[in-house]
Amino acid sequence: MVNITIDGQKLQVPEGVTILEAARTANINIPTLCYHEDQKIKSVCRICAVEVEGQRLLQAACSYPVAEGMVIRTSTPTVLNARKNNLELLLAHHPQDCLVCGKNGRCELQKLTQDLNMNKPLRYEVETRGFPIDDSSPCITRDPNKCILCTRCVEACNEVQTVGTFSKQNRGYETVVVTPYDKKTVDTPCVGCGQCVQVCPVGALTIHDDTDRIYKELVGGKILVAQVAPSVRVTIAEALGEDPGTISPGRLVTAMKKLGFHQVFDSDFSADLTIMEEGYELLDRIKNGGTLPMITSCCPGWVKFCETFSPKELDHLSSAKSPQQMFGAVIKTYYAEKAGVDPKDICSISIMPCTAKKFECLRPEFHDSGYQDVDISLTVVELANMIKAAGINFKELEETPFDTPFGLGSGAGEIFGATGGVMEAALRTVYEVITGKELPRLDFTEVRGVEGLKEAVIDIDGLEVKVAVVHSLSNARDMLRKVRAGKADYHFIEVMACPGGCVGGGGTPVRSWKKVKARLDAAYELDKQLPIRKSHENPAIKEIYAEFLGEPLSEKAHHLLHTSYISRKDLLS
Amino acid sequence: MEEMHVLLRNRGKIIPTDAKSYMSVGGYVALKKALSMEGADIIQVLKDAGLRGRGGAGFPTYLKLQFAYNTESDEKYIVCNADEGEPGTNKDRVLLSEDPNSIFEGMAIAAKAIGAHKGFIYLRSEYPYIRPILIEALESARQAGCLGKNILGSGYDFDIELHSGAGAYVCGEETALFESIEGNRGEPRYRPPYPGTKGLFGKPTALNNVETLANIPPILLNGAEWYRSIGSPNSPGTKLFTVCGNVNKRGVFEFPMGVNLKDILYDVCGGVADGELLAVQTGGSSGAIINPDQIDLPLDIDHVSASGGRLGCGTILVINDKNCVVDIVKNNLDFFRSESCGQCTTCREGGTRLYELICHISSGKGTLKDIETIKDLANTMRVSALCGLGHSTAVPVLSSLQNFEEVYNRHLDGNDCSICGHDRGY
Repeated sequence: MVNITIDGQKLQVPEGVTILEAARTANINIPTLCYHEDQKIKSVCRICAVEVEGQRLLQAACSYPVAEGMVIRTSTPTVLNARKNNLELLLAHHPQDCLVCGKNGRCELQKLTQDLNMNKPLRYEVETRGFPIDDSSPCITRDPNKCILCTRCVEACNEVQTVGTFSKQNRGYETVVVTPYDKKTVDTPCVGCGQCVQVCPVGALTIHDDTDRIYKELVGGKILVAQVAPSVRVTIAEALGEDPGTISPGRLVTAMKKLGFHQVFDSDFSADLTIMEEGYELLDRIKNGGTLPMITSCCPGWVKFCETFSPKELDHLSSAKSPQQMFGAVIKTYYAEKAGVDPKDICSISIMPCTAKKFECLRPEFHDSGYQDVDISLTVVELANMIKAAGINFKELEETPFDTPFGLGSGAGEIFGATGGVMEAALRTVYEVITGKELPRLDFTEVRGVEGLKEAVIDIDGLEVKVAVVHSLSNARDMLRKVRAGKADYHFIEVMACPGGCVGGGGTPVRSWKKVKARLDAAYELDKQLPIRKSHENPAIKEIYAEFLGEPLSEKAHHLLHTSYISRKDLLS
Repeated sequence: MEEMHVLLRNRGKIIPTDAKSYMSVGGYVALKKALSMEGADIIQVLKDAGLRGRGGAGFPTYLKLQFAYNTESDEKYIVCNADEGEPGTNKDRVLLSEDPNSIFEGMAIAAKAIGAHKGFIYLRSEYPYIRPILIEALESARQAGCLGKNILGSGYDFDIELHSGAGAYVCGEETALFESIEGNRGEPRYRPPYPGTKGLFGKPTALNNVETLANIPPILLNGAEWYRSIGSPNSPGTKLFTVCGNVNKRGVFEFPMGVNLKDILYDVCGGVADGELLAVQTGGSSGAIINPDQIDLPLDIDHVSASGGRLGCGTILVINDKNCVVDIVKNNLDFFRSESCGQCTTCREGGTRLYELICHISSGKGTLKDIETIKDLANTMRVSALCGLGHSTAVPVLSSLQNFEEVYNRHLDGNDCSICGHDRGY
């Protein structure tokens, strides 16, 4: 511990903490901009400048460590003036259309401008970079003019995800974050995971907005059939201002009904369906000498990553479609038949925690119903925006159950949104299918939690099933390396592109590990509360196999619920 | 006035690329001595000698070595900063091309002091002709047993790797230089951690300027007391000065620290060429611009700092009255804004805004309000930029505003400057 003085307050803080951290313990909030609690220290915006006694220069509180006897002043006129001057420089190089910016009200630059009481006209002529907005990706929209060069996106894409879509180009005033060779995002290896959007403090990176398409369909006379992903119910309330981890499936359905969705189904159902198909595929591969380890394929960011960076390993991917796409195929076939409607009159919409799902919808493979299986994929954030725009007071809504026949999901489907959830769900089913016995314990806690790599060995009737779970694409890349080298001694691997799994997805409200952990807890809480916790026990699942699909891996199931992959190596050249 | 050649002692007298030739005039004797000394004792000699960095900041050399010495590590590095980028400066070039072995020897002694076995020379990309000289000299030094394994039979290993820059001024900043060697964009790191604890490749590193390193062998050889007998108490030793601009005799000269600027200008360099003296800028583009009344100035690190400028690398730019100070500052700012790495807000945005404001003044369109903005912004840059480049940008601006106030006022409110001229504005 060291003794320091901040703004006259004497404090004891651990040696090595930064001034910023020390100040927070004394309830002094030093403003920041490039700083992000989950990222490396950047120290480039120079907003968190403070005075350290005895030093000629101001120091950046985010990076400067405290030392014994240090005397710090965080709000002298010199400090406040330096902060304002630096902020003014940023504002003079930033578009002034804040009122119609996608980040309006959620922009960290805007908040800082309020906090620092910037109330005078800028002394410099406003100049913007004059770049076109890049709307080429179905997942994210880039406006390089709004970039303030904090480089959080560069870290997220290059280090956390190892995709490498962004890097800095040029120097000085001309510095800009660009894609390789200035290509449009759609032509880069970008997997659409949206982790860059998650960390961008301004409107430079936003979710590709598809809400207008919904409004268009609402007046177009189609039947709007929606599926809602497991993690949406633990993030939508947060997106509307409630605490992270707030669980609200009932209010969510009510709100969607008010918005005009005709049918609101639960993707927990198709998560269960995925478990059936994927689980049986795993059993088949183990029994009949198929390619092992088998790797999950429900995450579209991960699938595109593997297609781009490691196409030779694609035969390890389960052929099972993602829950979104299974549901899409089922809605325009089985459901249409059951409900007696023409599939061409259905607009199939998914509500997802994910930006990459927007890309997945557009994959040409996913037309197995004869139409595009899922027409529009919306993120949690976009749905929240629609709820707000419609003047719906989400907090006070009554609860409505999901619509039948796909309103029932198991706890196994529920935890799909958590890293390790697919694995745990699969194990619950695979165990009982192989052994014919009831599981002694349902919770596979070995595969829960936020460590980058989790491993477990499960004894299933004498068969030692070895499994691994990775999340974030840097960990996936490491795992691919092992697979390639033949050193991945597992039967089954779960991969999720986003850190924490879908609850940390690019389409969820702005994340931090603290929030993601609260969302994870909520997902497991929901699992615990549900009466059915195994996919194969979901009555809706039993019904669809009995009435429509026959058996897992049947010909029909293969046609509707399985897919294939392509190499996208050309995106690297 | 006679020069005093300590660093330039071998200039023209030896074959620069030949280690044996350097040895024939007493070269590598200091290293031999250092190899039998404890690291702490070598550092103590440098402390007693009072050697301060010759690259710009004037930081005590022994302290840099001490920090790296104190940090435990499996690997440590000595880096020679040969990225001589300060406009108008040529002094390291002379040492690199005329007496490279003196630099190697200085590096080897510093390496022994901190326990490093590997050194790097980071050579300015604009000195391509020096590269083959260094390559040949390094090889010759290895052949002579002065570099490589078991140097001079001491059992101590030390070798040097040569790296070339790619033309960025900011890579003369020590941490940007590390990034460059590591293969990254040349962007300075925030500090702490300082290089002495976490430098090149994350290892304890002592980085010194070419001239600083060349000082080390004579100090080891002749002792701290001898060294202190040269120069001034706060800045012992000699200094290389590059005199450039509107002066009759330009070049690199070596004098004891504390030599008077006026004497250099008139006695050594034959006075101002093509006109009367308008101003002098000491220490390169990042130095202060002073007026003719201020040139009776002893050139040592503390004296120049006390006058608001900095001795820096010892460059003296002489400016005659056919120039305009505002135009000179504009030129300085154009340099800094294009050499900003673009990482921190202050320098990236501020550098260009300062340049635009000065252009506004020089074009006759400026107002007193612009002057206020310039001062406010420059003062913010001086204290809040991430690295020295951003801090330095403000120095010519603030010093010229102080020392040439009437010149700025002459440009305001539509007044014409025959030198800046409207057409030379932006």
